[in-house]
Amino acid sequence: MGVNTSVTIAGVNWKNPVTVASGTFGSGAEYSELIDLNELGAVTTKGVASVPWQGNPTPRIAETYGGMLNAVGLQNPGIDVFIKRDIPYLKQYDTKIIVNVCGKTVADYVDVVERLGDEAVDLLEINVSCPNVKEGGIAFGQDPDALYDITKAVKDVAKQPVIMKLSPNVTDIVEMAKAAEAAGADALSLINTITGMKIDVHKRTFALANKTGGLSGPAIKPVAVRMVYQAAKAVRIPIIGMGGIMTGEDAIEFIMAGATAVSVGTATFRDPLAAVRIVREMEAYMERYQVEDINELRGCVDRD
Amino acid sequence: MAITKTMASVIRQECIGTGIYSIWLEAKEIADHARAGQFVNLYCKDASRLLPRPISLCEINRDHGTIRLVYRVAGKGTEEFSHLHTDHQIEIMGPLGNGFTQQLNRAILIGGGIGIPPMLQLAKELTEQGADQVKAVLGYRDEVFLDKEFADICPVYYASEDGRHGVKGTVMDAIRSYALNGDMIYACGPTPMLKAVQAYALEHGITAQLSLEERMACGIGACLACVCSSKETDAHTHVHNKRVCKDGPVFFAEEVEWA
Ligand SMILES: Cc1cc2nc3c(=O)[nH]c(=O)nc-3n(C[C@H](O)[C@H](O)[C@H](O)COP(=O)(O)OP(=O)(O)OC[C@H]3O[C@@H](n4cnc5c(N)ncnc54)[C@H](O)[C@@H]3O)c2cc1C
Ligand SMILES: Cc1cc2nc3c(=O)[nH]c(=O)nc-3n(C[C@H](O)[C@H](O)[C@H](O)COP(=O)(O)O)c2cc1C
Ligand code: FES
Repeated sequence: MGVNTSVTIAGVNWKNPVTVASGTFGSGAEYSELIDLNELGAVTTKGVASVPWQGNPTPRIAETYGGMLNAVGLQNPGIDVFIKRDIPYLKQYDTKIIVNVCGKTVADYVDVVERLGDEAVDLLEINVSCPNVKEGGIAFGQDPDALYDITKAVKDVAKQPVIMKLSPNVTDIVEMAKAAEAAGADALSLINTITGMKIDVHKRTFALANKTGGLSGPAIKPVAVRMVYQAAKAVRIPIIGMGGIMTGEDAIEFIMAGATAVSVGTATFRDPLAAVRIVREMEAYMERYQVEDINELRGCVDRD
Repeated sequence: MAITKTMASVIRQECIGTGIYSIWLEAKEIADHARAGQFVNLYCKDASRLLPRPISLCEINRDHGTIRLVYRVAGKGTEEFSHLHTDHQIEIMGPLGNGFTQQLNRAILIGGGIGIPPMLQLAKELTEQGADQVKAVLGYRDEVFLDKEFADICPVYYASEDGRHGVKGTVMDAIRSYALNGDMIYACGPTPMLKAVQAYALEHGITAQLSLEERMACGIGACLACVCSSKETDAHTHVHNKRVCKDGPVFFAEEVEWA
């Protein structure tokens, strides 16, 4: 039985519903030695800003039970190098390109989005949810009015469809999802990492130089599934679900919660072939339960 | 430099010191491509431990397609590895990183503690290729390990904190007290040792290569977890943050700035 796994996000057709989570995959060059990027629905790049960012001091990561904390701090080469080097690189592959954008001010975001206007990228993902930078970032993602304003500012100049990447570090994800939709967002992706902390009791210090970091991996999956479910019920725009996806069944869980597509992040550190394996495992699930089209499963838990 | 992820069979594992293990693995693709100073990622079976453990190659046997790792039990992951027996399987990926740039002039190999293992393969390769006067300086806290393997290859000078083996003190004390000379220093060990080696090399106008350690996630240069401050701008971000896993772990002493 041939199953259909292709999905459409804001008018962009993906061959399958799996992308890689921003920041865990660079721009694909390093992993292409191990996996065939053509087999991914889309590649989501590391966050890129208007100018190069140094990122945070090390240690930038720490392992936790079933997860990890990171405080990389959005080290990136800036949009000039990115346009010259990373976009042409990814264009060699038959996969959609999602560029993740970060900034400290609204003007920073607008600048990057404008620069990307004439570039061959398919979707923009606006990161207003990074817990690891002092200014900007998450500040835009924790207040519905600020989120509305930045979404609108980006939408005004964007030539590609805009995905707003939401933070789980909020009291009410529904309010945030609605604010982004009202401002014209074409899609949502969630969740970014959950702010956490680890203390090394032997050294009596923080495990991360930044003290706090973003928790990712299987430890956060139930939170992510719940938030995707709540957001999907509240908005009509499509959702890219992520947070702790390790297997095809994890991915199916997000689809059933209401996501149209999924993103695989931390799993890639444990298994560099995770994203491609998850595509296969989703197909196997569909065959087993005789699901012809992945879109049939979306939000199915709430249908009577 | 092809990187392979593979299930490796354990040929044998033995405890060679208190909490120190030596394991031989069958991993032909990795042995075929590996160089001294490179490392491999070891993956835990326990899925609550997501991140790979980077361990340096201690020996590479290209004829048999095998590699040797020597590691200290430092936490739960290495504890898990220490229970592996002959014919068990372990997932590994490698070879990773750049390895040492080998030159055939007078070499001083400096290893401190658990930084000693990668020096063994380097000592073998340098002597096999006919490098001039290869000397090893090994620093231990107390108990020695791998000493016999080194002694079969080249002259070895010891330092130990308690003075039971060689000079009492650090590898730098050994270098000074034996007045060791060379044209190229290769070093791996704890950060304070590497800083001292760097200062010594710069002061004496000797070229030195330092093998660094940093917390890692991907191990292949994608996640930017493992950076170190570098004098020159890096290839990835064009700032001054070289990736230890990809641009390193070996850096020339003049490149490295300490945070
Ligand atoms: C390039 C490189 C080569 C190395 N080579 C060797 C070697 O040949 N022999 C050896 O004994 N050790 C080596 N180490 C250190 C080794 O990686 C750690 O001791 C090991 O990861 C500890 O894992 P654990 O689960 O036992 O400890 P835990 O403390 O439980 O580990 C928790 C997390 O911290 C990381 N971590 C802990 N200590 C270190 C460390 N010192 N460096 C980097 N990450 C760390 C682990 O990988 C894991 O992600 C090397 C490290 C690097 C970066
Ligand atoms: C090391 C690391 C770096 C990340 N960098 C970014 C980033 O640059 N931009 C962003 O929007 N999210 C970033 N994230 C968040 C992930 O894209 C993802 O939302 C989160 O990790 C949850 O998914 P996971 O559990 O599958 O990893 C990063 C996550 C990790 C672990
Ligand atoms: S560990 Fe990911 S870049 Fe080095």
